[in-house]
Amino acid sequence: MALIVSPPKPLSVSPLKISAPLGGALAFMGLDGCLPLFHGAQGCTAFAVVAMVRHFREAIPLQTTAMDEITTILGGMDNVEQALLNITRRANPKVIGLLSTALTETRGEDMEGDLRVILGRNPELAGVAVVPAATPDYDGSLETGWSKAVEAMIRWLPQGPQISQAEQVNILPGSHLTPGDVEELHAIAEDFGLEPLILPDLSGALDGHLPSGWISTTLGGTSLARVRRMSRSLLTIAVGEHMRGPAEVLRRRTGVPVLVLDRVTGLDPVDRLMVALANVSGRPVPLRYRRQRSQLIDAMLDGQFAFAGRRIALAGEPDLLWSMGRLVSEMGGRVVAAVTTAAAPFLAEFPADRVIVGDFDDLDEQITEAGGCDLLIANSNASQLAGRRGLALFRAGFPVFDRLGAAQRAGAGYRGTRDLIFTLAGALADAGSHLVTEHRHDPAQAAAG
Amino acid sequence: MLKRKVQELMNEPGCATNRAKSTAEKKKGCGAKRLLPGAAAGGCAYDGAKIALQPITDAVHLVHGPLACEGNSWDSRNAASSGCTLYRRGFTTDLSELDIIHGGERKLYQAIRAAAERFWPPAIFVYQTCVTALIGDDVEAVCREASKRLGLPVIPVVAPGFAGSKNLGNRLGGEALLDHVIGTVEPGDAGPHDINILGEYNLAGELWQIRPLLDRLGIRVRACITGDSRYVEVASAHRARAAIMLCSQAMVTLARKMRERWDIPYVEGSFYGIQDTSDTLRGIVRLLVDRGGDPDLLTRADALVAEEERRAWARLDNFAPRLAGRKVLLYTGGVKSWSVVSALKEIGMEVIGTSVRKSTPEDKERAKALLGEEGSTFDAIPNAEMYRMLKAGEADILLSGGRTQFVALKSRTPWLDINQERHHAYAGYDGMVELVRQIDLTLNNPVWAAVRRPDPWDADGRPLEAPSWL
Repeated sequence: MALIVSPPKPLSVSPLKISAPLGGALAFMGLDGCLPLFHGAQGCTAFAVVAMVRHFREAIPLQTTAMDEITTILGGMDNVEQALLNITRRANPKVIGLLSTALTETRGEDMEGDLRVILGRNPELAGVAVVPAATPDYDGSLETGWSKAVEAMIRWLPQGPQISQAEQVNILPGSHLTPGDVEELHAIAEDFGLEPLILPDLSGALDGHLPSGWISTTLGGTSLARVRRMSRSLLTIAVGEHMRGPAEVLRRRTGVPVLVLDRVTGLDPVDRLMVALANVSGRPVPLRYRRQRSQLIDAMLDGQFAFAGRRIALAGEPDLLWSMGRLVSEMGGRVVAAVTTAAAPFLAEFPADRVIVGDFDDLDEQITEAGGCDLLIANSNASQLAGRRGLALFRAGFPVFDRLGAAQRAGAGYRGTRDLIFTLAGALADAGSHLVTEHRHDPAQAAAG
Repeated sequence: MLKRKVQELMNEPGCATNRAKSTAEKKKGCGAKRLLPGAAAGGCAYDGAKIALQPITDAVHLVHGPLACEGNSWDSRNAASSGCTLYRRGFTTDLSELDIIHGGERKLYQAIRAAAERFWPPAIFVYQTCVTALIGDDVEAVCREASKRLGLPVIPVVAPGFAGSKNLGNRLGGEALLDHVIGTVEPGDAGPHDINILGEYNLAGELWQIRPLLDRLGIRVRACITGDSRYVEVASAHRARAAIMLCSQAMVTLARKMRERWDIPYVEGSFYGIQDTSDTLRGIVRLLVDRGGDPDLLTRADALVAEEERRAWARLDNFAPRLAGRKVLLYTGGVKSWSVVSALKEIGMEVIGTSVRKSTPEDKERAKALLGEEGSTFDAIPNAEMYRMLKAGEADILLSGGRTQFVALKSRTPWLDINQERHHAYAGYDGMVELVRQIDLTLNNPVWAAVRRPDPWDADGRPLEAPSWL
């Protein structure tokens, strides 16, 4: 049980948050043939592109309506129209994700209303699906923007009729899942004989592969045809608390029942995933996963020595914090410092005394109060803090720019959990609080007190 | 106020490109070309101002705005410091919806005070952003008041993102230094051979390739604006005797105004390329001697240049057998185009083309003359076309910035970063040798042969080779 604390602070030092529009753009990276567009000044886009390029090491398609001082005051509808037309002519995308920013939201633009007018008077745009999402920077963080963008996709992209059910399952992964995680979920669903319809699917776009030519939109991801077929699925599995909202919207639109899994890392949640898929498909759990479950349990038996009593400091978006925090505490570790980006109510169940809504400076303070820690789990922006304190840092979340393969690492499923336990155990071993020194009973010293 | 400043900056008499324009063209201003919605790339004015000032390592750089401006980008530049690390922390007021409704001035003041009390920096730079400009937060007034109450310089940097391009922001950053910083501290140790370096940000530690050369001549860098600088150095920059202006488009206004206000002449120079480094060193020495410096400097500089050039060429010659005849596509802007071309040609590499996007007409002429018959100059190449060129093997290596990194890598072509995100320092004589060494390491890496191996199966996945065991 944790107390969630949001200290009123005028100054954020070394922010943990990443902006909501970036989270929205990230979600659109998981749609096939998509080109997201920020309605804001060009810097908003430039910073987001750089951050995503550093994390994924891939070209990132993202455009801007290039608002300046005058268009901001007069209204940005013309800029939106021009941008949509220019993008359509130059890149010919199938989808454009139109994301508002703090700038246009502060002015109070009616982006959706404007969009209806624009689409009405430009037949050129008939062939492209434009999905608008309101993602002002001043509201929430990366997770918020991701969730809003997925919800907008479900609202705006066409759905097929609910004629008959097919052997398929919808999966709505949260922003804390890597393309590697999504790939794992894809494989698991398929092994149950179910076709997974994943929205959004970063594993097709940002898994790091070589396309056959130069493509100026996303390199893969969920196609519009697959989104249309989501209405025929047997079940929608949402991963992460922030995907509950989008999953509910999908249920209301299509009638497909919803199962929200708080995470897909750890023995218990993966058990729930397996049981759900077995029930939905009417097939037994494949032998491969029965074997993997036993491998995971063996890893937990071997790994508990490394975790027991070790002090872990954590920083991340609510669902990442939850997933990591639960795993390390289930292995016997102690979360002594936890910082997140939003006061998500479900974090009241988090295995720590307190969860602070704040920045890396707050984390620093927490670690001091706890009398130090053995391992830090956070994104790469924690590396300064880790360096100053001489702490081991396990990089997780966004952005991870100083290690390769952040996008490919999987912690989902039995196998992903097993590998994550091994990696964390290794990091804890390197952190080396188990250095053995000779313990002497010195009578002279004892006498001196 | 901002509008007047922008107009003034866009018509810079010190800029060669601007001087060459007709009156009507001048009126339009430089960079006035409107950004095209849906087809724009690059940073905003705030980005530019931050790049120009953040290398002041001991200051707090506080961004007044919603999260994205600082949250998405802090500590992402590779400007190195020889000591302080305060500049690498991100500071922002991270405005919420309520802050925006009520106005952010109060929160800004509290943030400035919190930063002052926690870190005791010599100064705090406060950056205006689009949203706080739009809601009318008077950043200048808050800074004035905070400065008075807290007893330390609090400098407003008025360059909201939507004011224009990154380049404009660089200049607005320079204006903030002129209006609030330079000339506010009197140094106790001004000497006859003190200079400023303008427009050098110590990316990957390049200043440290330049400063030793100046040291050997007995020239002291009073202030580098702003690479690896301390606040007090910049504040006392007005006592330098001369200046070197690098990265000319960004800092030309600052250089001209420092000449007018404090009588500090400047030489436009570059430390990219051997000839350029020598020319720049000779240029600054001449300025110092003109201003009453030791006349002996001239001969000392000649001797240094001769020795360093000999040493550099001797080292570069070692690479010639490994690089001669290999084809380079150079895709960058400004002075780097021609200053790198001459060195590459000297060791026998073939430069098949160079972009001249941000270059002045003079730069373009120089690049053309250098390239000769086989090479061509161009403004911009669309990504798809560049991908085709590289895939077809028209170049053996692409030297460019991060934006075209994946055009090269996805076409399995060697690529070297020579723009701001680079991790190697390429300035001065040693830097040129390092650049060629990096080209050698990249181009001759055995990995290229491996990654270009075709799939051992056909389009349907059927093996192309018959089984060897039959």
